[in-house]
Amino acid sequence: MRSTGTHHRHRRRSTDRSTQAIVLSLPAALVVGLLFVVPLALLVWMSMTDWPLLGEPSFVGLAQYDAILDDPLFLDAIWFTLRYTLITTVLLTAVALGLALLVQQTRFGSGFLRTAFFLPAAMGLAVASLLWFALYSNEVGPLSDLLATLGLVDEPVNWLGTPDGALWSTVLMVIWRFAGFYMIILLTGLQAIPDQVYEAARIDGAGWWRTFTGITVPLLRPTLALVLVLSVTGSLLAFEQFYVLTGGGPDNSTVTVVSTIFRQAFTLFDLSWAAAMSVVVLIALVLANIVQLSLIRKGDES
Amino acid sequence: MTATSTAARRTRLRIVIADTGALVTGTALAILFLLPLAWAGYSSLRGPDATGEGAGFGTENYRRLFSYGEGLLVYATNSILVSLLTVVGTVLISVLAGYAIARFRFPGRNLLFLGTLAIMMVPYPTILIPLYVLLSRAGLQNSLIGLSLVLIMFQLPFALFMMRNAFEAVPREFDEAALVDGAGIPRTLWSVLLPAVTPGVITVALFAFLNSWNEFIAPLMLVTDGSRYTLPVALAAMRSGNFGSIDFGALQSGVVVSAVPCMLLFVLLQRHYVRGFASGALKG
Repeated sequence: MRSTGTHHRHRRRSTDRSTQAIVLSLPAALVVGLLFVVPLALLVWMSMTDWPLLGEPSFVGLAQYDAILDDPLFLDAIWFTLRYTLITTVLLTAVALGLALLVQQTRFGSGFLRTAFFLPAAMGLAVASLLWFALYSNEVGPLSDLLATLGLVDEPVNWLGTPDGALWSTVLMVIWRFAGFYMIILLTGLQAIPDQVYEAARIDGAGWWRTFTGITVPLLRPTLALVLVLSVTGSLLAFEQFYVLTGGGPDNSTVTVVSTIFRQAFTLFDLSWAAAMSVVVLIALVLANIVQLSLIRKGDES
Repeated sequence: MTATSTAARRTRLRIVIADTGALVTGTALAILFLLPLAWAGYSSLRGPDATGEGAGFGTENYRRLFSYGEGLLVYATNSILVSLLTVVGTVLISVLAGYAIARFRFPGRNLLFLGTLAIMMVPYPTILIPLYVLLSRAGLQNSLIGLSLVLIMFQLPFALFMMRNAFEAVPREFDEAALVDGAGIPRTLWSVLLPAVTPGVITVALFAFLNSWNEFIAPLMLVTDGSRYTLPVALAAMRSGNFGSIDFGALQSGVVVSAVPCMLLFVLLQRHYVRGFASGALKG
């Protein structure tokens, strides 16, 4: 009898506690449900309807998807975004790794250097783009004057005025803005490599390059992979840097996928078209993430 | 004896050379990284005409920024409000849910955790269009509260992950003793557990602040009323000449005003930032 009583009391207390736990997680559940799950479902629904800004939406099935895949502007945007992603990821990872190796050891000045490299990453991407927009401007920016003073150019450089110029100027700004950020991630990976491994290599008489390719890179693989995933995902979604720096120009040469979605939705008010594009991008990125993450896992196990 | 000491001396010499080389290269690179920032600060103080030769220094650019569009104060207030709402909301929601998930078994526990983490898998610009429609229907479009709710949702995966780990790192005996003594869940959470997870709370708050203060695409899409613009959106409007021709001097002071708070916070709290990255990104 007595044991049943305790049992009952125990059960009541645990149901009580689970009710309270549900109450505690209710705000989170509401946010996730109303602001993530519902919009996600609505996105798919919108992509299959004709959704005017005013008036009633009507179901059109997969017609939007047919149309966007024939849209030359969207295909150009995909091509440009892929090119930008490749260039940015390669250069950014190389620069970030170089910086991380440079400040890896704690010695005089390394704390200051880490902070200096990271500081650009503390400012917003849009604001960083605005800063470089002024830097590149021949009206107020010092860059052309500087190159002219050094005797490297004869006339002002048209930084953002040609398709190639606009692309590479943006890449330079993005490296400046993100290198310190990726450096910090790589540093945490470098610090996880035990000192003994390096000591063993030194005793074996391995030089800097042998140590780097034989120890640092293989042991840093999971962190490097994380940096690659972050850079690829971030670059595929590039928007601010082009919105602010180039405005998509010159001649639509720097229009990214997200710029296209933004323009369809908020300049041309074609919400269902933009929704269908978003679904395509979403599926592509989720697939890319799954592939990349499974590659990292595999690398971890081997 | 002599051989070893010569070798030792040579090793020491090599270390000194390597250290000096790294310091010199590092300093040169650091200058390259800092120059654009220094230039923004410098040209924000040039005046009255930012292009004028020998125009001298002054706060004229900042004064013009004050009267640009709706005025700096309006945009800065909007940014501060949105960031504060996002920080408070993110911390509150993730502390409550993180505690529940770390300490109790209840129906829907795994669903909530995995569902929140799934937000990270979805590229955020893609769900802004349905969010725009939903907020419009709810009368929350053009509202700073609506914008903050969206930003809280984007912060939640990292925040919940951090807080769950922070609570799990605290020994159970800690709070179970308080619960058995009849303290009740709210008091146990407030006076026993919260002090123990404060570093996690600081990390979550820091990330939420930096991300919401710097967020661009969400306010650009969800807020169309000029008087509700946040700082970055207002500055981008200045750049496209929405308020007249481009005033580069005022633009530079805007860059300084929006960048300096983030840099100060980062320099003060960089330990938390780095630790947040180590536990949030790498193990995640």
